Amino acid sequence: MKDKRRETFPRAVFSRPRSLLDVRSHYCPGCHHGIAHRILAETIDRFDVRGKTVGVAPVGCAVLMYDYIDVDFAEAPHGRAPAVATGVKRAHPDRFVFTYQGDGDLAAIGTSEIIHAANRGENITVLFINNTTYGMTGGQMAPTTMLGQKTATSPYGREFRNDGYPIKVAELLATIEGTAYSARVATSTPAQIRKAKEAVRKAFDMQIREVGFSLVEFLSTCPTNWGMKPLDAQKRVLGEISGYFPLGVYKERKQADFV
Amino acid sequence: MTLAASGISRELMKGNEAICVGAIAAGCRFYYGYPITPQNDIPEYMAAHLPPIGGMFLQAESEVATINFLLGASASGKRVMTSSSGPGISLMQEGLSYMAGMELPAVIVNISRSGPGLGGIAPSQGDYFQAVKGGGHGGYRMPVLAPHSVQEMYSLTMRAFDLSDKYRNPAMILGDAVIGQMKEPFVPTPYLPTVSAEKPWALTGCAGRERRIVKSLYLKDDEIEVHNWKLHRKYTTMQKEEVLYESYCMDGARVVIVAFGTAARVSKTAIQVARREGIPVGMLRPVTLFPFPSREVNEAAGVADAILVIEMNTGQMLEDVRMSTRHHDKIRFLGKPCAIPTPEEILQEIRRLAGEIGAGR
Ligand SMILES: Cc1ncc(C[n+]2csc(CCOP(=O)(O)OP(=O)(O)O)c2C)c(N)n1
Ligand code: SF4
Ligand SMILES: [Mg+2]
Repeated sequence: MKDKRRETFPRAVFSRPRSLLDVRSHYCPGCHHGIAHRILAETIDRFDVRGKTVGVAPVGCAVLMYDYIDVDFAEAPHGRAPAVATGVKRAHPDRFVFTYQGDGDLAAIGTSEIIHAANRGENITVLFINNTTYGMTGGQMAPTTMLGQKTATSPYGREFRNDGYPIKVAELLATIEGTAYSARVATSTPAQIRKAKEAVRKAFDMQIREVGFSLVEFLSTCPTNWGMKPLDAQKRVLGEISGYFPLGVYKERKQADFV
Repeated sequence: MTLAASGISRELMKGNEAICVGAIAAGCRFYYGYPITPQNDIPEYMAAHLPPIGGMFLQAESEVATINFLLGASASGKRVMTSSSGPGISLMQEGLSYMAGMELPAVIVNISRSGPGLGGIAPSQGDYFQAVKGGGHGGYRMPVLAPHSVQEMYSLTMRAFDLSDKYRNPAMILGDAVIGQMKEPFVPTPYLPTVSAEKPWALTGCAGRERRIVKSLYLKDDEIEVHNWKLHRKYTTMQKEEVLYESYCMDGARVVIVAFGTAARVSKTAIQVARREGIPVGMLRPVTLFPFPSREVNEAAGVADAILVIEMNTGQMLEDVRMSTRHHDKIRFLGKPCAIPTPEEILQEIRRLAGEIGAGR
């Protein structure tokens, strides 16, 4: 079958990135973790850094991402990935080090670690997957949950007097001196995916040129815990969610401060 | 060979500084920490001495971050150390549990202070349980070394690095404010490695080899059970092979003190006076608190008439002494939570016990 296709299409226009393992993932249908994974793998290949990359996996739905991304990996306790990545990067400054974290992981329990990693200008790259909920534990409220959003622990909808407002991480980290690059992207349309790739490439480039800390926030989906069909989940990102969390580049340093 | 002939001169230093000298001698070039009394000499020493020799000192934003810096550095194959005290060590417990589960070596120094809570900065041995029983979740152990002199602060730190590498497990130095702040001469004997420096599991990027994953998550079938038994076997081997203790004046001892760290140090003074008075008293000093010298305690308890456990807490190692022997009727306890027992207090207790069992004088 495969060979026949080759005959019909002499030039491969689509193939699996080398850094993405050929296995079935555990992600739910319509979950955008998979898209972010692919972008990550493609970018690792594009910069040809697979052999010198150490990834730091989060605790969240992406906890098993080392089963999909084919590089050296360390597991981190919930929220501590930026601290673990700091330990790795300081030990091997010439390696490429990234973390991949959910919104519970990065914006709740790990707020301190991410802010201080950014503030130290830690030369690491962070992929931040904001799906406005705690996917793995069954859809509880996250700091990024939208006002009015019903979750397992905000059954009447998030209310600012009780739970405060959804936290805007890309903007917040852009205010920190040590941050070299901070952007928010989405992956709900092909055009958005193209921009997301561009942002991840920029973020990689920052680390490779030693400009400093880089973060890309992905507005992701969690159809399972949102109680939505995949297409409706995508629409929610395109409408309500990106209305509150605007897409864009919030900070882009041209060169390292210390240069 | 005499000291002079060996070319090694004595150093006069605080215990906390001797730890740093031992760590650097053992090849530790990565230190991470967060300020807390009474261990600040350690990060301050490392901040001054590591960068000039190409090492890395970094002050973390918390002890939670600290232990995860260690986790990352250790996973990268580096010898790495931190130090803290009570509340800071508590914050590290999650990370320590992960490191035990991930089988990552590192040296953690606890210059313990009194507690619970913010407690105080007085010397204490109140962290014994936390140190030796696996203070974090899930059930694990680590070698715990209890120095009672500046010399041992130096040499046991080197040993802690070897033990942690040998077993791929965190190891702890459990000191206290007295040992940490005390200045006395010590001999910086050369570091003689007892383990290979190879770390064929370290994360360095997978160029030219199979990729590596360092993790503690095991979801398939009985994987986690198998992993738990594997870890358990390491702890059993430690119990067989790594017990360290000192027998002090044990010849004909009918009263045997069991004490560690500062409590043992003070006990030595009291024992000397008591021996001059003709009281047959000695001491069995656990140097490793885990693994605990249970066999030696049991042997001593079989021969002696009384076992006097002395701790700067309300009785923690006491439980391990009880577990070691069935001679519970011989066991007495002198506890000074959050204070140093004076030689006089100990001497009084020795005399009282000697009278009780009709020994000496
Ligand atoms: C210290 C600690 N607290 C709580 C948990 C339980 N927990 C696991 S994943 C998770 C939230 C994950 O949410 P997020 O980071 O948003 O990732 P997602 O699953 O949505 O991708 C929580 C609370 C844990 N593993 N460790
Ligand atoms: S629970 Fe949500 S975040 Fe997790 S895999 Fe399913 S859709 Fe994705
Ligand atoms: Mg989430």
